[in-house]
Amino acid sequence: MIGYILCFFTKLVCGLTTRWIGCEPSQKQRVYFANHTSHLDFLVIWTSLPREIRKNVRPVAAKDYWGKGILRKYLSSKIIKAVLIDRDKTALKDKDKNPLNKMVRALEENSSLIIFPEGTRCNGDKINNFKSGLYHLIKKYPQAEFVPVYIENLNRIFPKGEFYFIPILGSVTFGTPIYLKEDELKKDFLNRARQSIEEISQQL
Amino acid sequence: MKLKVDPHMIEIVILMFSCLAIASTITSFLKKRVKEGKWSLIIKNLNMHIKSWWFMCVIFILMLISKRICSSLLFLLLSFMALREYMTISITKRTDHRTLFWAFFVIPPLHYYYLYTSWYGMFSIFIPVYAFIFLPARNVITGDCDRFLERNSEIQWGLMLCVYCVSYAPALLTLKIPGYEGQSTKLLFFIACVSQTSDVLQYVFDTLIGKHQIARKVSPNKTIEGFLGGVICATLVGTLMSGITPFSMLQSAGFSFLITLSGFFGNLTFAAIKRDRGIKDSGSIIQGHGGILDRIGSLCFSAPLFFHLVRHFFIQ
Repeated sequence: MIGYILCFFTKLVCGLTTRWIGCEPSQKQRVYFANHTSHLDFLVIWTSLPREIRKNVRPVAAKDYWGKGILRKYLSSKIIKAVLIDRDKTALKDKDKNPLNKMVRALEENSSLIIFPEGTRCNGDKINNFKSGLYHLIKKYPQAEFVPVYIENLNRIFPKGEFYFIPILGSVTFGTPIYLKEDELKKDFLNRARQSIEEISQQL
Repeated sequence: MKLKVDPHMIEIVILMFSCLAIASTITSFLKKRVKEGKWSLIIKNLNMHIKSWWFMCVIFILMLISKRICSSLLFLLLSFMALREYMTISITKRTDHRTLFWAFFVIPPLHYYYLYTSWYGMFSIFIPVYAFIFLPARNVITGDCDRFLERNSEIQWGLMLCVYCVSYAPALLTLKIPGYEGQSTKLLFFIACVSQTSDVLQYVFDTLIGKHQIARKVSPNKTIEGFLGGVICATLVGTLMSGITPFSMLQSAGFSFLITLSGFFGNLTFAAIKRDRGIKDSGSIIQGHGGILDRIGSLCFSAPLFFHLVRHFFIQ
C-alpha cells in the first residue's frame, strides 16, 4: 500500500513517461543499469516497472544516503527492499560488506537489480565512464539479462545539491539487453554498456 | 451556501451535455467504420477535441456551482500543467533551478489568488511587472551569465503564455457588465465555443479542401482554405450566439472574428515554438495526457484581447 502511494507520488512529481523500445516488461531475471543524475533515480525506475515485476526488483543504493534517517531507512529497507551498499574503500576488503558480493547474493536469491554503474550522480550533460562493478557482476552472473535504461530530465527535476524539486516532465526508456561477448575486455564491455544508454538517448 | 445560478446557463449545460453525448456516440461509431482516408483523420481529430470538450463541460458545471474558487483553482491547475510542458521543452540550466521554483510554485498561485479576490489592478500587472523584475533579479544572484538573456526570456515567456494569458479566460467571470450581472460565465462559454469551432473547422477544411499553404515553414498543414473556412464559419457561429451575450449581432460578429483571428495566430505561435524545439506535437514527448500546450494556443491569444476589449467598451 505504501509502495503504491510512493509510486503515485513519484509519478506525480516527475510526470513519468515510460517507454520500452528495446525489450518488453518481463519477469525474467534482469539487471537494469542506468545513468545516474539524482537521488530519485532508482525510485523512478522502480516506479515505471509494472507492479508484478516491481515486487521482485531490488535497487542498489548508497548506504550513506538511503540508510540515514528514519523515513529513508524505512522506505529503502521495508518498501523498496533496496540493496544498500557501502561506498567507502574499507568495505571492499570485508567479505560481507563488499558491494559486489552483496549484489551477487541478491541475484542468487532470484531478485532483479537496478544499478547505476557511474557510481555517483552526474550533471546529466553526458554519461560518465562506468565503474568496473558492472563488468564483474556480469562475469559472475551472466545468466541475467542486462538491460540499459535511460533516465531523462531527472537532473532537471531534482539536481545534485538541491533541496526541492521542480515539476519538469521526466521519462524512463528501456533499451535492448546486452550480453558479455566471449573474451571481451573489461574496458570494451564497459564502453559498450555506456554506449547502449547513449544510443537510447539519441533515439528519443 | 447560497446558489445563484444563471437559468440560461443551466439550459446551455444541458444542451452541451446532450450534444456531446450524441457527438461522442457518432464519432466512436464512425471511428470503427472509417479506417482510411481524409475522413478518418478528421474523425480522429474530432474525437480528441470531444474528449477535451467533456472536460470543459465539467469545468462549466463546477463554475456554476461555485464560481470564483473553482474556476481559479481549475485554471491554476491548467496553467501549471501547461507550464510544466513548456519548461520541459525549454532549455534551462542547472543554475535556473531556484528561479524556476519561484516560477512554478509561488508566482502562479499568487497570480490566481489575485484573480480569486478580483483585485484587478494587481492581477493585470503582477506577472508583467513584479515577476518580470523579480525573476531575473533572483537569477542574477547565481552569477551565471551564460545565455542569460535567453534563459530569463524563456521563463518570462512561459509565465506570460501559460499563466498570464490563460488566466484571462476565468477573468471573464469577474467582468461586471451593466445589465448583465451574474451572467458572465456565458462570456467564457461564448469564447470557448467560437475558438473551438474555429480550431475544429480549420482542421476539417484543411484536410478536405486545403490546397494553398498559408504558413509553409511553421505549420505545413495549415492552408488558406482552412483559415478562411474556419474564420468565416466560427464568426457565423459567434454571431448566432449573440443572444446569450450582452452584445448586438454586429458586435458579436466583430468579437468572434477577432477571437478566431487571434486564435489562429496563437496556434501558429505555439507551432513555431515547438518547431524551434524540434517537436511536432507536445503529446509525442509527453505521453499520457495528450499535450496541453497543443490545446491552449488559441485561447492564449484570444482571451486577453477579448477581455480587455469588452472591459474597455462595455464597462464604464
